[in-house]
Amino acid sequence: MIGVLREKWKSRTFRKNFGRSIVTLILLGGSIMILSPVWWMISTSLKDMQEIMHYPPTWYPHEIHWDNYVKAWKAANFTRYTLNTLFLAFFGVTANVLSNSFIAYGFAKTRFPGRKILFGIVLGTMMIPGFVTMIPRYILFTKLGWINTYLPLIVPGFFGNAFFIFLLRQFYMSIPNELIEAAMIDGASHFYIWRKIMIPLAKPAIATIAIFAFNGKWNDFVGPLLYLNSEELYTIQVGLHHFKGQVATQWNYLMAASLMALIPVVAIFFTFQSHFIEGMDVAGSSKG
Amino acid sequence: MKLSIRKREALAGFMFVAPYVFGLIAFVAGPMLFSLYASFTDYNITSQFNFIGLENYKHMFTKDQLFWTALKNTLIFVVLGVPSYRIAAITLSILLNNAIRGMRVFRTIFYLPVVMSGVASFLLWMQLFSPSSGLINTVLGWFGIQGPAWLYDPFWTKPALVIMGLWAAGGNMLLYLARLKGIPQQLYESAEIDGANVFQKLFKITLPMLTPIIFFDIITGMIGAFQVFQSAYVMTGGTSGGPMNSLLFYNYYLWNKAFQTFDMGYATAMSWFLFVIIMGATLFNLKFSNKWVYYEGADLE
Repeated sequence: MIGVLREKWKSRTFRKNFGRSIVTLILLGGSIMILSPVWWMISTSLKDMQEIMHYPPTWYPHEIHWDNYVKAWKAANFTRYTLNTLFLAFFGVTANVLSNSFIAYGFAKTRFPGRKILFGIVLGTMMIPGFVTMIPRYILFTKLGWINTYLPLIVPGFFGNAFFIFLLRQFYMSIPNELIEAAMIDGASHFYIWRKIMIPLAKPAIATIAIFAFNGKWNDFVGPLLYLNSEELYTIQVGLHHFKGQVATQWNYLMAASLMALIPVVAIFFTFQSHFIEGMDVAGSSKG
Repeated sequence: MKLSIRKREALAGFMFVAPYVFGLIAFVAGPMLFSLYASFTDYNITSQFNFIGLENYKHMFTKDQLFWTALKNTLIFVVLGVPSYRIAAITLSILLNNAIRGMRVFRTIFYLPVVMSGVASFLLWMQLFSPSSGLINTVLGWFGIQGPAWLYDPFWTKPALVIMGLWAAGGNMLLYLARLKGIPQQLYESAEIDGANVFQKLFKITLPMLTPIIFFDIITGMIGAFQVFQSAYVMTGGTSGGPMNSLLFYNYYLWNKAFQTFDMGYATAMSWFLFVIIMGATLFNLKFSNKWVYYEGADLE
């Protein structure tokens, strides 16, 4: 038996396939570790509290309580929270798509003095800790009377986001300049070129921006926590946080509510996976 | 007045970036300057600005015990989290790069936790870490290990947060995967002809070629880790700092100072100090990078 293995080992293909199988096994083990919390979340959300407190915990609910979801949803104003979050997400996506596609064009396809320095500043701002600007912004918005409105969460989005500018600029730079030069010979202004040529060509990158912007707004916690005081303005994240305070350790309702909060972003992820991967790819392969 | 083509293009360029510049001044640079000034005052959002010089900073360093606790907690988190996330992401990406079959499925699975982020994931992990009914201690029990009280044990609170972060290591993994794909196969092939084994290929080819992206990842990872806040806030119910303040991170303490007691002058001083620390750490990394980062020539994509 050992002799047979020794013979096989001499072949490079055998070694390669053996190695690949080991890797696949390790990855399978890792996948189980990654997915078991997800399973736990689902199964906990379907149990009743007695079964949850039972020791040792069960992996599969004895009785499936679908009504946990209904009860959890009704226990707090989740309908309102969801509508609020969708409202903010809509503006977040629109603002980011419009502003960043516009601004990035300036960096990618026009020349003006100080362009390199300004882009350096764009990148540099990514290193500023959020809390350094958060406090003065809070003061600013207080003076403007914008506290407890959605304005502080919406308005800044129309003025660009460093990461999205970076991504879009990278994408724009891959579009040949000849296209633009040809249009300019025909008398097109940069604005026209941006609207009629770049935007249609940049659809994949813009879709990626839209998805990231949606996720960002959906998962935004600190912003709404800081600026929103009235309960009817709460977003899902803030609502979940307060829900925890409300029901303490009723894990079934908490898991049910959390799962419902995750459904949109997970659904988007599965539908548009390629956009996530591409977004990270651009970031990864251009740094260095 | 007819402008030259150059000038017209420059004007167009300015118009395109104008929104960004406005936003930069209104929401970044302006606030930063303001907060720098405020750090030298005793501002508390209702009062006037009383210039008090370095009082805030002096108080921070000499009289505020919680300041040092918060700083220490954050540093521990950085030291625990930054290396482990990197190692996990690199390991994952190398493994994923080598498993041809089902690569896309694995990639989806490992990226899923990144998507499941936010308060929902914090709540999930609060339940997973529950000493009596949670998954973690249940699994540990299979191996006969009595799991700790995790989020109730001052020693284990920070490791718990790090473990939670490791679950989402798939996020950074994509960065490395993209880079791994760009490593020319010839390098590996010629190494194999020379008789290199798996480990030599790993340490002499793969890892050196990855060093630029590792460097970038460490810097962004550190900047992020120094600002840890949300997880601690939600998982301690937003008021306390966890058992024995073990989860009172720097930004958590800052938050309380700014928005609970409204000591805004003091809080801005704290935020600037954090900025200085982060800058220092980044510069240190930059300086140090010559020793270990390998930059390939221009022919690598």
